[in-house]
Order: sequence, then structure tokens, then C-alpha cells
Amino acid sequence: MSETPVLWEETVQPGATWSHVLKRGTALRISDIEGGANAGAIFYNFECPVERYNMPDTLKAQHIAHLTAGHVLYSDMGRILCSVTEDTVGWHDPIAGCSNAKLVGARYGDARYQEFRNDCHRNALDSFLVELGKWGLGPRDLVPNVNFFSKVTVAEDGGMHFQPGNSQAGDYVELRAEMNVLTILNTCSHPLDPNPKYQPKAVRLMLRKVPPPAADDVCRISRPENERGFLLTERYFL
Amino acid sequence: MSAMQTVESKLDPVDAVYSVVIPAGEPWMRVIHKGQYFRIVDLRGNQAVDTLFYNARDYADRYSAQDTIREQRNIYLTTGTRLISTRGTVLLTIVADTCGRHDTLGGACANESNMVRYAIEKRHMHACRSSFLKAAIDWDRGMEKRDIASNINFFMNVPVTPEGGLTFEDGISEPGKYVEMRAETEVLAMISNCPQLNNPCNAYDPTPVEVLIWNGQGD
Repeated sequence: MSETPVLWEETVQPGATWSHVLKRGTALRISDIEGGANAGAIFYNFECPVERYNMPDTLKAQHIAHLTAGHVLYSDMGRILCSVTEDTVGWHDPIAGCSNAKLVGARYGDARYQEFRNDCHRNALDSFLVELGKWGLGPRDLVPNVNFFSKVTVAEDGGMHFQPGNSQAGDYVELRAEMNVLTILNTCSHPLDPNPKYQPKAVRLMLRKVPPPAADDVCRISRPENERGFLLTERYFL
Repeated sequence: MSAMQTVESKLDPVDAVYSVVIPAGEPWMRVIHKGQYFRIVDLRGNQAVDTLFYNARDYADRYSAQDTIREQRNIYLTTGTRLISTRGTVLLTIVADTCGRHDTLGGACANESNMVRYAIEKRHMHACRSSFLKAAIDWDRGMEKRDIASNINFFMNVPVTPEGGLTFEDGISEPGKYVEMRAETEVLAMISNCPQLNNPCNAYDPTPVEVLIWNGQGD
């Protein structure tokens, strides 16, 4: 893909939360600054947020249990919210979900704002709910999330195994918005990360304009399901 | 495939306080009280029973596929699995399972996902998420589409490969296989007995299932 002008860049600090309406025709690049980051994210159609990211539809339409370049993120309405157009990591986790206050407290102990200021311990569930609340959405709107940069494999017996070292410093994933997509993101650690210390990592965000998906776009032609997904998404704007 | 353990129940259908047969393509909803036992029987084999659970006192606290599989470190549901909500509430525990394992990653079929998965012309075909919505509307307590979370597919076989693939395999259930749960709190259950005609997992033949409820010991 040709490089196009950057709209802006910013850093999401460790354990912090972020949201933005990614406009159709722009792309969000998320970069792992020092390696070992986790970026939890959920996605909504900004015009009608009851249309939202659907984990099972995304997995079963593409017969996948991981995400990488060529895959797309489906809404529950048969449309594509975002396409994974570039990826230097190779595996992002769509199944293991997010940390919560109980998990973070049990694993890392308590660290209140009073004593720790902005290094206080935060968890992904509360981060999602607070950020959703800013857009008038609540607990009933919560959906299964993606964990960018993290890898969880499934053994033959169904056992889930977190794979450390999946993402290195400088690795990135790029999401092209196929609709106007409310994106809710936080950098809390992956819920299965065995690191006993509370050490979430920052990520760098870069937004830029990108051309619309071409007829031979890698995500569109990766499988017939995605060709139909792109068709239905394009019809939405007609 | 590794050997799956099956566990039979000691409960006798004669003692059930409730039972009903749900035809394919129909929704079903009911409160299951704390301590009650709830059984789903795959009457004719390889039927997918799309199921959602809610904390009956707070529908915002609902079954969470991701929390359930992560907390047990296993993507398959079977005897011993606690069905966990978004707020960490244990809604039910699976106490017997003669099938062996059940899916919670494959989700429910919808008119729109059928268009993506099979063909644009499939929009008209009856689908689970329409049944869920009909059930939510008929329940008449303010439930709506955003309450239709990611569900369980009882009796469905959706293996994940070590390479990160997801496959829909032929069913491992047979006529008369059942799964039984104990409600650990007041639970609202919502079922869509799947009408899918496009997926070989049910041999293209959706069939009825039976649900039964027993009171807990001491009731």
C-alpha cells in the first residue's frame, strides 16, 4: 500500500484508555513501542452503535481463531468494520477477553490512585466500561474484545495457552476503517499474561488517510466470504 | 481427538417439575431458580442449541463466552465448567454431560452472517438471532438486540486448531445425549433451537430438543 500523509500520531500510555471514531477511508496503525504490549479493542458502527464487532461472526466467516493481515473484523450485520491490511506480528488474540478488577487485584495486588497516582493499577473491563460510557454506551453494549499483539493458542484438548514474546519492539498492525467505526482501546495487560509484575506497555498510534479497498485488495480477495462482506459494506453507503 | 469424558446424571425425568419439547426454529425462555437443575436433551442427534444466560436480577450481567473459556483455560464446555458472566458471576455449573463437549466460539446464525458465509440470496432464511430477538421482544422486559450476547452452542463441534484455524466438524452428539446444569443463582435462560439449513454440522436437518427442570435437593 502506498504511504499517505499522516493525520496525527499519539502515544497511549501503559494501562491507559483511548477512543476515537475512525473515519471510513482512514487507517489506524498501532505500534508496539518496546515489545510485549497488549492493546484490547472493541468496535462499533458510530452511526448506529447497536451494530458492533461480533467475535463469532469474525471467526466463523474466515475459519480463524487468530487475526492477521488479510483478515477483517465483522459486525453482527454482515458488514466489515475494519480490515487488517498490514501486520508484522502474525497473530492477534480474539478469544481470551479482558482483565477485570478481581483478576488484577489477585495477580498484582492493590495500587490505589491515592498512593500511586497515574501508576495505579487499572483493568481492561473497567477501562472499556468507562470509555463506552463517554459515548453513551454501557455494560449491555460490551462485546468480546480483540487483544492486539497477544497470542493464545488452543491445544487439541481445548486448553488455552498464552505465548510470551509474540510481539517485538517496533511491531505494528494496521486497521483500515471500512465504516465510521467507534474504536475503544486500552493498553491493559493481557488477562493470561504470566508476568507477575504489573507492567502494561504503551502503544503508539498513527492515523492516516488511505485509498478505498481496490478490487484486488488482499482482505477482499482472501476468501469468498470477505468478497461478500465488502459488497454488503459498500451497499450500506449507496 | 483426545478422549472426552462423559458424565451421566442421577436425575429421573419422572421427577422433573417442568419439561417441554422445543421444535427447531423456535425460541424458548424461562427463569431457572437457584439450585434447580436444567437439562437439554438432543432428541435426534447433532442439533445445535444456541443458548444465552442472564443473571435474572440484572440482565446487564450476562453469560460471557470469553470470561468463561479464559477462567477455565479451555475453549470447550463440559462437566465441571462454570458458566461465568461479564461481572464474574457463576450463573450455572455443568454437572452432567453425555455428549462430551460444547462450543461457545461459533456464535449464532443470523440473516446477515448467512449472507456473508453462504450467499447473498440467503437473507430470507430463518436464523437464530431472529429467534433470540423475537424471544427478547415477547419477554417484554426491555431486552433488545444489544442484550443478545455471544452464546453457547450446546452439542455443536467447533474445534480450534493449534495453528489458529476454526473448523465446523461433524457433530459428536447422538440421539438422547444431554447436558445438565445446576443454577448457581437466579438465571434467565434463552434458547434458539437452531434452524440452520446451510451447515453440515446438523446434517442439514434441524430437529427438536427437550428441556427439563428439576428442583434442587431439599426443595
